[in-house]
Amino acid sequence: MNGEGIVRRKGARQAVLRALLFTVLGLFCLVYLMPLVVMISTSLKSLAEIRTGSFIALPREVTFDAWAKAWNSACVGVRCNGLAPYMWNSVAMVVPAVVISTFLGAVNGYALTKWRFRGADTIFALMLFGAFIPFQVVLLPMARTLGYFGLAGSTYGLILVHTVYGLAFTTLFFRNFFVSVSDGIVQAAKIDGAGFFAIFFKLMLPMAVPTIVVTVIWQFTQIWNDFLFGIAFTVGDSNPATVALNNIVASSTGVKEYNVDMAAAIIAGLPTLLVYVLAGNYFVRGLAAGAVKG
Amino acid sequence: MPPPARAKSARTLGIDRFLERWLPQIVVSPLFAASLIFVYGFIVWTVYISFTRSGVLPSYNLAGLLQYERLWSTPRWYVALQNLFVFSGLFIAGCMAIGILLAILLDQRIRIEGVIRTIYLYPMALSFIVTGTAWKWILNPTLGIEKFVQELGFPGFSFDWLIDPHMAIYTVVIAGVWQSSGYVMALFLAGLRSVDDEIIRAAAIDGAGPVRTYATIILPIIRPVFLSSIIVLAHIAIKSYDLVVALTNGGPGYATDLPATFMYSFAFQRSELGVAAASAVMMLVTIMAIIVPYLYSELRGGRK
Repeated sequence: MNGEGIVRRKGARQAVLRALLFTVLGLFCLVYLMPLVVMISTSLKSLAEIRTGSFIALPREVTFDAWAKAWNSACVGVRCNGLAPYMWNSVAMVVPAVVISTFLGAVNGYALTKWRFRGADTIFALMLFGAFIPFQVVLLPMARTLGYFGLAGSTYGLILVHTVYGLAFTTLFFRNFFVSVSDGIVQAAKIDGAGFFAIFFKLMLPMAVPTIVVTVIWQFTQIWNDFLFGIAFTVGDSNPATVALNNIVASSTGVKEYNVDMAAAIIAGLPTLLVYVLAGNYFVRGLAAGAVKG
Repeated sequence: MPPPARAKSARTLGIDRFLERWLPQIVVSPLFAASLIFVYGFIVWTVYISFTRSGVLPSYNLAGLLQYERLWSTPRWYVALQNLFVFSGLFIAGCMAIGILLAILLDQRIRIEGVIRTIYLYPMALSFIVTGTAWKWILNPTLGIEKFVQELGFPGFSFDWLIDPHMAIYTVVIAGVWQSSGYVMALFLAGLRSVDDEIIRAAAIDGAGPVRTYATIILPIIRPVFLSSIIVLAHIAIKSYDLVVALTNGGPGYATDLPATFMYSFAFQRSELGVAAASAVMMLVTIMAIIVPYLYSELRGGRK
């Protein structure tokens, strides 16, 4: 058989190499899976079992008490309503922010590539820079601006922040896609009398569906996982799930409930994990595009 | 050619023409304006504040380099910088080494490659707060790895890096490499797949072994992937904030502070706006020194 990659010598040596290859790959699988397995297993144990047993052992008696507590009665600061209300905060933040930033990125990428006006490249380069700034440099003015407009500590403020700072990436994704679309199609549509938006909605968007999926998944993951903006611009009740999770874990009052911490961490991570499992290939394409491969 | 046989007044036709000519600019301009204000305007504001006497409240009276002098005479800032060097150096090296190794191993036409790749990459889908919580528990000095190894029959075993001021930064490295090495693997695997099979076959005919083929032929071809991976990792390292917060919260004391946590602490907890702004500007300058030349070459190279 020819087609075994580079390691393709036949016979015993080949077999040993293949065995070694799979051993190393398998060991790394264990390393990557270990924290997830430990999280799940710890979340299913009772506190007594956690204290007596080893952190890596599977639960002897499975209990979902920690999950129930993490969902609706764990204390986040002084409030003991669990993670649930904060999960809804995250949903209320992530859905509008993803929809708006993806749509605007699509229009932008389309206008910058298919209606190339003078300065379009400069505008794109200037906008792209926004994707790479350390957000620390905008935290202070953003906090003041949100306060000035009465948006401080609200989900609306976070939607605005995530939309604005997500635009650079969404525009990048769509620009890279539309650059590859033949100009001839657009020219033909123009001659037929189709205008800017007609071409966009009827011709371009249907072609861009894979890019839309990549962008939505990228934005969803980024915004859901954000912590910096969440902790800087929201207070208490309006915290997103990541901030609430950190408050649950960092709370120093009472007995440390590791099982509840782990259940809360899994709950907070579940939405992005599910998206990754269901649409991993699109996620990887987003990562690759995020590396700004020319 | 104008659309035929449509009875329109000269005026609407004028508006149509105007729109046809300017609509793209009109659509792009609010977004461009947003970028100008929220990125460039805000940067200018932060830079300006870093040259003022601002303390709890922003002040607009210029004070020269006062805040930079205060920043560079703060011992905590040096701890943050030292940690950044240690963390980013080991983080980048670790992610590159593991990522490249795994990419090469996965490139050997493994049948269950898809499954393995999914396992290596899933941490990237999770928040650093989530994975930091997991690692904090695993590295817990009383109940985590330490206890596990002690019960294996090594009662004297000690592993308390998480609460050791000299070692705590390495726990951040461990969690960071675990989280991000899959990213490098994915970038390199894509790079390896893009190498022409003919070149590989020619190398095999020349009698080059697998190690030599990769080291001297394939990896040099995908040199750009090295550059973009390192840039992306450096960028992640400099911006790292949530991982440190979740794992050590900058502690013990401020032993694991990074510039990002330093800035946040001075801005929102100690209300030293001037020093916070100065540290943010230092971060921006560092990232710009890395990113701008890279973006410049990428954008130039990408143009046909």
